[in-house]
Amino acid sequence: MASLDRVKVLVLGDSGVGKSSLVHLLCHNQVLGNPSWTVGCSVDVRVHDYKEGTPEEKTYYIELWDVGGTVGSGSSVKSTRAVFYNSVNGIILVHDLTNKKSSQNLYRWSLEALNKDSSPTGVIVTNGDYDREQFADNQIPLLVIGTKLDQIPENKRSDVLARTAFLAEDFNAEEINLDCTTPRYLAAGSSNAVKLSRFFDKVIEKRYFTRDGSQMPGFSERKRYGAGNSKSLHYD
Amino acid sequence: MYYYFFSSRYFHWKVNLYVILLVLIFVVPFYIGYFVVSNIRLLQRQKLLFACVVWFTFMYFFWKLGDPFPILSPKHGILSIEQLISRVGVIGVTLMALLSGFGAVNCPYTYMSYFLRNVTDSDILALERRLLQTMDMIVSKKKRIAMTRRMMYQRGDDQNKQTGFWGMIKSVTSSPPGSENLSLIQQEVDALEELSRQLFLETVDLHATKERIEYSKTFQGKYFNFLGYFFSIYCVWKIFMATINIVFDRVGKTDPVTRGIEITVNYLGIQFDVKFWSQHISFILVGIIIVTSIRGLLITLTKFFYAISSSKSSNVIVLVLAQIMGMYFVSSVLLMRMSMPLEYRTIVTEVLGELQFSFYHRWFDVIFLVSALSSILFLYLAHKQAPEKHMTL
Repeated sequence: MASLDRVKVLVLGDSGVGKSSLVHLLCHNQVLGNPSWTVGCSVDVRVHDYKEGTPEEKTYYIELWDVGGTVGSGSSVKSTRAVFYNSVNGIILVHDLTNKKSSQNLYRWSLEALNKDSSPTGVIVTNGDYDREQFADNQIPLLVIGTKLDQIPENKRSDVLARTAFLAEDFNAEEINLDCTTPRYLAAGSSNAVKLSRFFDKVIEKRYFTRDGSQMPGFSERKRYGAGNSKSLHYD
Repeated sequence: MYYYFFSSRYFHWKVNLYVILLVLIFVVPFYIGYFVVSNIRLLQRQKLLFACVVWFTFMYFFWKLGDPFPILSPKHGILSIEQLISRVGVIGVTLMALLSGFGAVNCPYTYMSYFLRNVTDSDILALERRLLQTMDMIVSKKKRIAMTRRMMYQRGDDQNKQTGFWGMIKSVTSSPPGSENLSLIQQEVDALEELSRQLFLETVDLHATKERIEYSKTFQGKYFNFLGYFFSIYCVWKIFMATINIVFDRVGKTDPVTRGIEITVNYLGIQFDVKFWSQHISFILVGIIIVTSIRGLLITLTKFFYAISSSKSSNVIVLVLAQIMGMYFVSSVLLMRMSMPLEYRTIVTEVLGELQFSFYHRWFDVIFLVSALSSILFLYLAHKQAPEKHMTL
């Protein structure tokens, strides 16, 4: 398949947050019956109607690359993971609403994927003082999804949702909170489905129709973003 | 001698032992059972009840464990502390021997660069390219499946519009052309996904080997390589001693340190206060042995933990690790007796009760030998198999 036709979206997050269930839900509109550990990377394809309902509607196949693992694993695993981060058009960051650490690790995940060009060994900053400018400069659309919403008791929900709203704002991204075991959160017409559709539309737009109007082939556009940051990155 | 029974040292020994046994036999297994049960969705209602059931099963097997081993003398009552310690000791000693055996073989294998396969950058790049190609094939096949499904769905809509008798007959006899292909493609996709997983793991392995090669070129690496040679001699000696112990059925009378000092004194004629020095040196040595073995155990278990943890099972795994650590500690107290001078062995005997210590040493030797030999076999097979895999690239 020609690389010009590909739309690639990474799905990143800690081990056990529900990425495989989420990807299965997004691609097949069905709940995954027997989730098991993902070794390496698993890919699935979502059929997306770009600009649905308008005369310019066109069908695209979006590849969702579910790259798993712990963000603190050895550097050999990191270097192998880096192979999948080439020519990415969008990133979905998944965290577990019942597990605060998984939300904090999202900063490390996003830096690992975005800074791949500037630090080949995957060394990343982790003391929480991430650089907002890096994300403001970033051209790749991000989406933050929180899973296991059903496991949060009603009285704690507003606190959790406030915290995740801050998180999404840090990434300059939209956020969706859902439960991967019921398809109704992404039912057609709900606000979540609209956000999702908007995200994929944005990914396709950035991929095929850039701001200055010229159509760029899908090569890695990220070489510009990592090179500017010459801070020494310290891994704890 | 009798004063000793009332001293605070003895008291603290006993208290610590009781608390550890309490935790190891009552608290942790119950907790583990509770978490395992709460992971299973069906049994959510009566968690406590099922946790108690699990705990009683554990206690049954724990008690049964004592039967095949000659670890009790008839002096003991049913509920004495020696019953519990002896059983915990058996499990812990087995564990220690397994880990020691594996560690004794794995340590030189890891440290010595003689065993490092030569990995070049082009090997890694070739493997990565293969991995990406496999992923691309999976993607293109999945796109075909999605496309076919969509067409079937749309055609299904059209077909559903045909109502009536003939419509039903038509929809039964004419199956959409894509459906037989779908299951075939799905099978191909499954096979390719399995291949991609294997390639990923191999790539990780190659990256790790490359890093080890780079590390071995540094000073630290060279130092560890040197240590590795010494260590391999020590491990071979240990295996040899274990074999001798089993074959000739002997239990060492004196500990190595006192033996060593006696030999030096006799050989070199140096004036040494054997008793005084042997006590201190053996104490330090025993401390070092325990610290390094526990550290080695923790490091291995941490790696293991990272490899298999997930948000569901991490509670259970932490508790299992705590259980293992506790049993390891109790049994290291048991085995430590061998390394201590004669007069101190009685202290351990007093604290732990009248156990058949010679049995434990014999059991340790047997399991150590078995574990060392099987890990030699295992590593040999793994080492042989790996280069051939890469030859077929």
